[in-house]
Amino acid sequence: MAARVIVIGAGPAGVRAAQALAGAGLRPTVIDEGRRDGGQIYRRQPEGFSRTYDALYGTEAARAASVHATFDALRSRIDYLPETLVWNISPGMVHLVSGTRYHALKFDALIVCSGATDRLMPVKGWQHAGTYTLGGAQVALKSQGCAVGARTVMMGTGPLLYLVAAQYVKAGAQVCAVLDTSTALQRLRALPALLSIPASLWKGLALMRVLRRAKVPIHRGVRPVEIKGTPQGGVTGVAVKLQDGAMFERACDAVALGYHLRPETQLADLAGCEFHFDEASQQWLPHTDEDGRSSVKGVYLAGDGARVRGADAAERSGRLAALAAMRDAGMAVEGIDTLRAELQRFTRFAAGLRTAFPWPAGLAASVPDDTLVCRCEAITAGELRRVVREAGAREANRAKAFSRVGMGRCQGRYCGHAGAEIIAAAACVPLSAVGRLRGQAPVKPLPMALVEDTCK
Amino acid sequence: MNARFVRVAETGRKTFPVTIDGVVCEAAEGDTLMVALLTTVSALRDSEFGDGRRAGFCLMGACQDCWVWTTGGERLRACSTPAAPGMSIVTRLTEGEGIWPRG
Repeated sequence: MAARVIVIGAGPAGVRAAQALAGAGLRPTVIDEGRRDGGQIYRRQPEGFSRTYDALYGTEAARAASVHATFDALRSRIDYLPETLVWNISPGMVHLVSGTRYHALKFDALIVCSGATDRLMPVKGWQHAGTYTLGGAQVALKSQGCAVGARTVMMGTGPLLYLVAAQYVKAGAQVCAVLDTSTALQRLRALPALLSIPASLWKGLALMRVLRRAKVPIHRGVRPVEIKGTPQGGVTGVAVKLQDGAMFERACDAVALGYHLRPETQLADLAGCEFHFDEASQQWLPHTDEDGRSSVKGVYLAGDGARVRGADAAERSGRLAALAAMRDAGMAVEGIDTLRAELQRFTRFAAGLRTAFPWPAGLAASVPDDTLVCRCEAITAGELRRVVREAGAREANRAKAFSRVGMGRCQGRYCGHAGAEIIAAAACVPLSAVGRLRGQAPVKPLPMALVEDTCK
Repeated sequence: MNARFVRVAETGRKTFPVTIDGVVCEAAEGDTLMVALLTTVSALRDSEFGDGRRAGFCLMGACQDCWVWTTGGERLRACSTPAAPGMSIVTRLTEGEGIWPRG
């Protein structure tokens, strides 16, 4: 096999992919945007911080330590480019920027482990300073030892909702309420699938006990109404409608929001990978086979950046994608069948999580006209509906061109899913017919003054 | 000045000065610029679209909400840039500057 193998991402998937490649005698290049390895889930705290693995990662301490130790041991056998952004991919080539230095690298095989971010649903007032993603609230604590507010409300749904709330409680931060859009009944229905990985189910129940002991109010089946606040002062409270129809309000100075995760698929898109609409998660995903092969020869996708199945699955899918790449290059590899079988359990568990904590499909369609859909450029749901109605923009990219929803700083990462649902509802078409926002290079902002690095 | 973030761990670190809107404040070694700012003040910037103050959103380099201006006119993504001694950040637009659409 030619030596030019590139792994994008140094989270659990990227580290295990690199380990498999190096173990077979290859020297992969690992490119990562972070200052340190570990990705978001196993994000390492800065040098000089003193919290233990148990304090930082709780029940996942051993896994985090293993991923970090594996990467530390790999360092002499890989080319590691931290703090480096892959901002574009052209056939056989990744385009990189680090600081103001630009260069490009050729590859024969590319394993994209780009990870996930929170999946967001707009709510009136979510532009107020003090509104964060659940993942962001967790990063503040894990990597910086900070709570995002003195009194924080956690709202949305998904395992992260309870995990971050429990982590805040354990760290001594005040959590004013946990407001979950999913219902207890949905959780019950998911039980058979969740039992496919009993240990993870018990861990989830343990988080609930932490919250109950701390007497944190937990409400399920809520309908978010408003994040209250002022343009100058930021968040002052949250209002939701409870399952019985009563209004519930709570004063707070921070809200952490999130509805499970969405894969970061821009790089797969720029690499030319085919996508399909996944009915189960109601989103567009890059197509892969069981082992992570995309529709583009030589491009492999692994971890939560391909499909959200969690960190344990990411470790396995990263390794599996590396094995697939080596097998495609004619190398003898072992262990594919075991990894496939293990991943099936995680796929089933992930389906259970989707049943237990479903994306609140339909909520976007009923967001009031004056609610911002695009918090980057302050564009309302009413404006998006207007371009559908008056300009006939029934397709995501067309509606983006007319309304600018999806064109701002985040490039549609946080408004794309809900925006598509608003378009679908306004145009009376199925969500899949709205299509998806095309990935655009650069995937993140670049400095104006770039210098080509010719040494590499 | 009201802080937004609350330090709940790693509080024994050495500190160094940074300047926020002309006022000298303390940051701790290992702070991101975002944490250095938001443990002293409640926002990072004004929205260019006239809808108020912003204080970041994702903290993982995805949303780009937290880009701030230095007094030297450089832009920095606060969540992924380490705070450094002597940094001087401006969180407020001067009057008439930068609001879209411009009248």
